[in-house]
Amino acid sequence: MKYLYYPGCSLEGTALEYDLSTRAMMAAAGADLFEIKDWTCCGSTAMDQAGPLLPLVLSARNMALAEEMNTGEDILVPCSACYLNLRKTMEKMRQDPETLEKVNMILKEEQLHLEGRLNVRHLLDVMTRDIGPETVKSLIRDRLTGMVIAPYYGCQCLRPYAVFDDPETPVSMEPLIEAVGAEVHPWKMGGRCCGASHMNTKMDVGMALSGAVLHAAKGADAIVTVCPMCQINLEGYQRRISKSRDEDLTMTILYLPQLIGLAFGLSEKDLRIDMNLSVKEPFISKLNECRS
Amino acid sequence: MDLNFFGADKTRAEPDMLQYLLQPVQDMVNACIQCGTCSGSCPNAFAMDHTPRKMWRMVLTGRADDIFHSKTFIMCSSCYFCTLRCPRGLPLTEAMAALKCIAAKRGLAKYRQSTAFYDKFIQNIRRNGRLREMEFMTSYFATMKSPVIPFRFTALAAKLAVKRKIAIHLPKLGQGRLHTIFSKTEELESRK
Repeated sequence: MKYLYYPGCSLEGTALEYDLSTRAMMAAAGADLFEIKDWTCCGSTAMDQAGPLLPLVLSARNMALAEEMNTGEDILVPCSACYLNLRKTMEKMRQDPETLEKVNMILKEEQLHLEGRLNVRHLLDVMTRDIGPETVKSLIRDRLTGMVIAPYYGCQCLRPYAVFDDPETPVSMEPLIEAVGAEVHPWKMGGRCCGASHMNTKMDVGMALSGAVLHAAKGADAIVTVCPMCQINLEGYQRRISKSRDEDLTMTILYLPQLIGLAFGLSEKDLRIDMNLSVKEPFISKLNECRS
Repeated sequence: MDLNFFGADKTRAEPDMLQYLLQPVQDMVNACIQCGTCSGSCPNAFAMDHTPRKMWRMVLTGRADDIFHSKTFIMCSSCYFCTLRCPRGLPLTEAMAALKCIAAKRGLAKYRQSTAFYDKFIQNIRRNGRLREMEFMTSYFATMKSPVIPFRFTALAAKLAVKRKIAIHLPKLGQGRLHTIFSKTEELESRK
């Protein structure tokens, strides 16, 4: 398995542990990642206000660089926001040759050209359909027996493009969680919005949405995420949210490859669990029980 | 409510311009049947002054003044539930984004906090190619000139600093990493 890897800006900063744990888990599963050389920002949701062309151009630049590398057929993206931008660009470029021509006129300034032949895929898609629960099961060293995990998908890996899961009631993480011996927390919040960048501009609304997710996860040992924005909204404001809702909503939040990596016998150091903002005692002691 | 950005309430000063800019958004939602599935699906509807369904009607009837005094579109968090469920298959999340774009381009004061946030993001990318999170948040705080906004983030910033997740870079000088691509895009867009 070979992938052209697009980490995106967050994975170099506040979500560095998502990058490192993805690389470690994917290596353990026998996949090779080739980082796209000289990649730049995908545009993120910020580009919504910059007009229709610029977000396409920014994503297209990275996809053109990936095409030049010739080392795989799929672009692998762990960040849901980057994934959606690249995917949207892929779909639009395939449907609309006129805009593709315009985008290529701009890319020419950097001696780049986009054909649009590569497929853009989210990390969860690759973990579910290329690696799959059977392979995961065969690689387990420490079964996470007795752990209850709440799978949190967020929005942009599911919608609007329903590629690998049900966009209304997602289930793709469940076989992976069960494969490592853990139980799935029963809830309906997996595909609901965390508030996204409202946390920066309309904090009370952001806290209401993230708070509802944390509240519904009560009883689980951890929430697992597949997006740096969901992760920081759920882990970064727990004390403030708990205070505003007058209930204890502190809880362990992990990235999915960290959870799977732990079951593979990778160390907390390999998976950089020390960099997460919220890893709580009950989770750590259960993990140690699983290991002994 | 402060609507002054450049010294005047622009939504009232330039109704024709806003009407003109609304046309592509009208094309996007032209087939709306006012069923309200979007409103029922929206996680942020509770924080909006008009529901999404009502917003599309306002767009179709060209009520620019009401639209650009409303906080509805700025409350969209791009979760795509409405787009997914719309029985007419309309690109509703994109239509919300198009309204955000008009508000940003016209510099409407009511949306200053959100547009400043994204504007600083865009400038940061143009300069550095990849986002520098610390530099971006600092420039956002500086623009907002609010004594309280930064304090909402001090607890988080302290945690991030301890984990060495925020780096302080030397500012990049010169034209900027993505300057050529940005300029060429602006040139093509202005030709339309």
